[in-house]
Amino acid sequence: MSPRASKPAATAGALRNSRRHVSLDEGLIFEKSAEGKRGMELPPLDVPPVDPAEAIGGSRVRDAISGFPEVSEVEVVRHFTRLSTWNYAVDLGMYPLGSCTMKYNPRVNEHIARLEGLASEHPQHPTGMAQGCLRILWDLETCLREITGMDAATFAPAAGAHGELTGLLMIRAHLEQQGNPRKTVLIPDSAHGTNPASAVIAGYGVQHIPSDSRGLVDTARLAGVVNSDVAALMLTNPNTLGLFEGEMKHIAAILHERGAQLYMDGANMNALAGIVRPGDSGVDALHLNLHKTFSTPHGGGGPGAGPVLVKQHLARYLPVPVVAITPDGHFTLDRDRPLSIGRVRAFQGNFGVLARALAYVLAYGPGIRQATEDALLNANYIRKGLEDFFDLPLSGPTMHEVVFSDARQKKNGVTTMDIAKRLIDYGFHPYTTAFPLIVSGAMMIEPTESESREECDRFIEAMRSIASEAETNPELVKTAPHSTRVGRLDEVTAARKPIFHWKP
Amino acid sequence: MYPADFRYTKDHEWIRLEGAVGTVGITDYAQQQLGDVVFVELPKPGARVKAGESFGTIESVKAVSELFSPVSGEVAEVNASLADSPEAVNRDPHGAAWLVKIRVSDAKEMTALMDSAAYQVYIAEKAKETPA
Repeated sequence: MSPRASKPAATAGALRNSRRHVSLDEGLIFEKSAEGKRGMELPPLDVPPVDPAEAIGGSRVRDAISGFPEVSEVEVVRHFTRLSTWNYAVDLGMYPLGSCTMKYNPRVNEHIARLEGLASEHPQHPTGMAQGCLRILWDLETCLREITGMDAATFAPAAGAHGELTGLLMIRAHLEQQGNPRKTVLIPDSAHGTNPASAVIAGYGVQHIPSDSRGLVDTARLAGVVNSDVAALMLTNPNTLGLFEGEMKHIAAILHERGAQLYMDGANMNALAGIVRPGDSGVDALHLNLHKTFSTPHGGGGPGAGPVLVKQHLARYLPVPVVAITPDGHFTLDRDRPLSIGRVRAFQGNFGVLARALAYVLAYGPGIRQATEDALLNANYIRKGLEDFFDLPLSGPTMHEVVFSDARQKKNGVTTMDIAKRLIDYGFHPYTTAFPLIVSGAMMIEPTESESREECDRFIEAMRSIASEAETNPELVKTAPHSTRVGRLDEVTAARKPIFHWKP
Repeated sequence: MYPADFRYTKDHEWIRLEGAVGTVGITDYAQQQLGDVVFVELPKPGARVKAGESFGTIESVKAVSELFSPVSGEVAEVNASLADSPEAVNRDPHGAAWLVKIRVSDAKEMTALMDSAAYQVYIAEKAKETPA
C-alpha cells in the first residue's frame, strides 16, 4: 500500500486533468489498535445494574469481541477521512460509467432531505402525524405516473433488481389469478444481467432472445417463441447497446395476444424521461432507478430506490401498504389488499431517497425533457468525437450512452480494460468495460446531462490521446494506471485466492 | 487446435465419447472469450443432466457464464482439481481441464453436435458477426 515512487516520464506531458494531490498513506484500522485505548469514557452507572445474561440469555453474551480494534476517537476519524480522500466521486469529476447513469446529485436534494420534519420522521409515527411524508410519497407517485404513463406505484423496493423481482411477482400473481402462472420469462441478450436472476428467483425459467443484426429485439423471432408457457418479456429500453427498441408497441402486442406481459427494465429511463412514456407503448410493469434517472445518490451504497409502476390490471397485487387518500382528503396507508403480493421491504422503502427524487422532479418540472435531451446530446457528441478513433460495432442511433469496442487497439494488444485503467491517469472514472457481453471488448460510455461541453471535450481529448498511445507506446497503456496511489491490482489472484480476514 | 475426435456445442462446450462415457469441457475459443477463469462450479457425481441445459457455472474476471451439457445422462465424475486451480481451464481447456464425465443416456444426441471442421467455421462466423 505504498505510493508509487514516480510515474514514467512518458506520461508527464500527456496528463492534463489529473494531478496527484496530497493524500496520506493509511493502513488497516486493526493495525492501529493498542490494548485499552477507548474513544470515550462513560460516567459511573447511576441505575441498578442488570445482568445481560439474565436479560437476553447467557448464550448471547460475550465478554470481548475477538480482534476488535481498540482505537481513540481521533484515530477513527482520521482513518476514515484519509480513506475518503482516495475516493473518486461525481463531485470530483466525470463518471462515465455506462449503464449506471452516474449523474450529479444536486445539492437542493440534500437540503430538502435534511429538513427537520423529514430527517427526524419516524417510520412508526401514526399516519395522522405523518401527513407531510405521506404527501411526499403521493406526489412522487403522481409525478412518476405522469412521466411513465403508468397507473399505480410502489416505493418499497430498495433498488432496481429488487424492483424487477417485485414486478415479476406481481405478474406471477396476476397470471396465477387467471389460473396459470406459466413457466418462462423471455430475456433479450442485450438485457441487464440482473433480469435473468430476478426471473429465476420469481420461480421462472429463462429463455434468451438473440438480438438481430441491428442490435434490437427480432420481432419475427419473438413471435415464434411466445406461447402459453411464456409469462413475460423483460425488455430494457433503450437496451444496453444504447439503442432504442422502437418496436415496443409491436412487441407488447405479440405478448398480449398470447396472454403474456411486458416488463420494462427502466434503468435506462434517462434516455426517455419527458419524451417517451413506456405506459403508452403497452408496458404492463416497469421499475425506475431513482439513483440513476432521478439524481439520488448512487455508488457507495446509495441507498438505492427501485419503485415499480404498473398498469391498472396489476395494481391490486402491489406490495402493502399502499399510500391512499381518504374521502376527506387525508393520506393513509392501505393494508387491506387481499391480493397483494405482501411486503417486500420494511416501512415505505428508503424514504429519504424518495424525498430527494421528488425535489429533483419538482425542481425540473417539464425541464426533465431537456435533461433527457442533453443526456442524448452529450452521448452523441462523444460518439462523434471518438468514432474516428475507436471501433463502433453498431451504427444505429445512439441514445444516452454509446458502446465502442477495443477492436482497433487490440491489434496492438491493448484491451478495453487497459484503456479504462489509463483513463484513470487522465483524471476520469473509467467507462464500463466488457459490457454488454454481446459486444467483444465493449467500452460503454454514458456521460449523462451533468457534463458541460468543456468536460466532454476534455474526455474526448483524453480518449484520443490514449488511442494514440495505444499505437505509439502500447506498454504505457497496458501497465496503467501510473499516477495513482497503487498500480494495477492483480484482479485475477484477488478472485482466485481471495483473503477475507486481516491477520496480524 | 480443435481435436477431430471431439464434438462441439454452439455454447462452446466439447465432448469426447469413449464407450458410454463422455468427457466434457469448454473450448479454447470459450476460454479466450472468458479471459482469466477464477472459479468453476460443477455438479455432484450422480446428478442428472439434460442436453442443452445448465450443469454448472464458470466465472472469469469478466463475467459468470453457465455451462451447458452437450448430452443427457448422469454425472459419473467431476474434475475436482479445478476447485484449487481454475486457471487450468485457460492453460489446457481440451486436456487436463476437462470439467465432468457424463454417462450418456442417449448416444444419438451426439449427432446433433458439430464436428471439428463445422465448429471452426462456426467460430470464424461468430468473430465476424456484429454484435459478436
